[in-house]
Amino acid sequence: MTSVAEASRPAGRAAGGGAGGAAGRGAWFLVLPALIPILVLSVGPLLYGILLAFTDAQSGRTAGTRWIGALNFRDLWHDTLFWESFRIGLVWAVGVTVPQFLLALGLALLLDQELRLRPLARALAIVPWAMPEVVVAIMWRLVYNPDAGVLNETLRDLGLGHGRDWLSGLATALPAVIVVGVWAGMPQTTVALLAGLQNTPRELHEAASVDGAGAWRRFRTVTWPALRPVALAVTALNLIWNVNSFALVYVLTSGGPGGKTRLPMLFAYEEAFRYGQFGYAAAMGCVLVAVVSILLAVFLAGRLRGGEDA
Amino acid sequence: MRTRPAARAGQYAALLAYLAFLAFPFLWLLSTAFKSPRELGSLHPAWIPRHPTLGNFRQAFDQQPLLHAALNSLLVALGAAVIAVVLATPMAYVMARHRSPLSRAATGWVVVSQAFPFVLVIIPLFLVLKHLRLIDSLAGLGMVYAVWTLPFALWMLVGYVRAVPGELEEAAAVDGAGRLRTLVSVTAPLLAPGIAATALFAFVTAWNEFFFALVLLKSPDKQTLPVVLTHFIGAEGVADLGPLAAAASLATLPSLLVFALIQRRITGGLLAGAVKS
Repeated sequence: MTSVAEASRPAGRAAGGGAGGAAGRGAWFLVLPALIPILVLSVGPLLYGILLAFTDAQSGRTAGTRWIGALNFRDLWHDTLFWESFRIGLVWAVGVTVPQFLLALGLALLLDQELRLRPLARALAIVPWAMPEVVVAIMWRLVYNPDAGVLNETLRDLGLGHGRDWLSGLATALPAVIVVGVWAGMPQTTVALLAGLQNTPRELHEAASVDGAGAWRRFRTVTWPALRPVALAVTALNLIWNVNSFALVYVLTSGGPGGKTRLPMLFAYEEAFRYGQFGYAAAMGCVLVAVVSILLAVFLAGRLRGGEDA
Repeated sequence: MRTRPAARAGQYAALLAYLAFLAFPFLWLLSTAFKSPRELGSLHPAWIPRHPTLGNFRQAFDQQPLLHAALNSLLVALGAAVIAVVLATPMAYVMARHRSPLSRAATGWVVVSQAFPFVLVIIPLFLVLKHLRLIDSLAGLGMVYAVWTLPFALWMLVGYVRAVPGELEEAAAVDGAGRLRTLVSVTAPLLAPGIAATALFAFVTAWNEFFFALVLLKSPDKQTLPVVLTHFIGAEGVADLGPLAAAASLATLPSLLVFALIQRRITGGLLAGAVKS
């Protein structure tokens, strides 16, 4: 890992004591330029959003907005469409995160070996990562295209069926977008895990190997304990990002067919900006925040525990 | 460590499968971009266009205001990158050199901001920007991008500042240089590569972003490239495949180039952000 933090820890501590006092008073002037925009454009809106969830705010009628207590949440509770999208969001987030992690772990272990194609693999890994999500989605629309797409053509060549419209099929749409999600996030996860692997001391492997430990035992006793904090962090972040994802599925299917890929984010977007139900959509946002907070808490707790083990 | 030949073969097979999975959609995109309308209409699409043409690119520019949209994206992304770095650098300096409740809170914010459901923020943000008369404005969008890349920019920059040994600054102080002089002549030059990497990161983030742009920009002449790309897909989901592929390929180029430059630094920053703090 060409980590920034790695090099910095000791230096930071060394510097902390010395350069103190004098800058202490000026510090506020250095902090305010960043602090004020953050307060106005992110902390503020977050709090405002939570407030909105308890009102009947609608677009174009902000003046007469009334406080309606938990009514939005009660409506959400009874909204079968919302629960359907919640369920889809869950399937999507887990369905993307788990294969992504397993594939990425396998690849990272592979790329940790001395293989000839490694530089090519690393270079290629940048591509999905750097692409705008919209382009990733467009690209896969071309792959899935029923007539001119490469997927159906390949299946035809192999004699397996003919011309399925993957993104419009009620049964195939969600798996199809999940594949895209896995594809889009896998390289990033691989690179992160690889960096974690390369941080574990080689000598441990060699010692274990000399002791006659097989590949699986080496993985379980040496590799995994060292990799665990990175793996945990990466998985938690991926899960959170996937809960919050929007662009990929919006461009691939717009939530269709028949709402089968309508993730919670898409649902909330439609409520807010198609139907103008700001308060209701904000309540939905609150539910998502709660879900993400739980994930975050689990992640932080796990990280602390990991720290004690080390 | 020795590896048996069979295992080695298996490793290469897995690696090749990975490379194929990674590359094939991208190659298909490029292939589609160079196909003639006739070939796109054929029932047996080929990997390599038989009569490669640039017609799709010309048509893409004819169908949608791509150049104008790219210019919008460029303005917003450059603005966001510059603002983010200008705002974040002083704060990152303070966070790196002084442990205080503020810097702990800021660090916490970095983690939390990664976890944000944008949908909760977008409605209030929409209302706030409307109030500030910054809705449907590139300046407004640039500010939003700058602020939303700030946490990660801060994170990267704190690392870079810590990597500059404090002893250097102390030595300059002993030599009689003032605080500002030390910062400008000692610290800033050493920080420059880190600041550049951070700015490039903010640039790519803003160049690629879709959700905020979709919601906050209404007039067609203000829209950024990712939003305009979706116009190639018609209301019924029917798309003119050739121009769509051509435009999409072009839109990726800038971020690919920038990313190739800074990939290693981002990996480090990302990991550090996720694992340590």
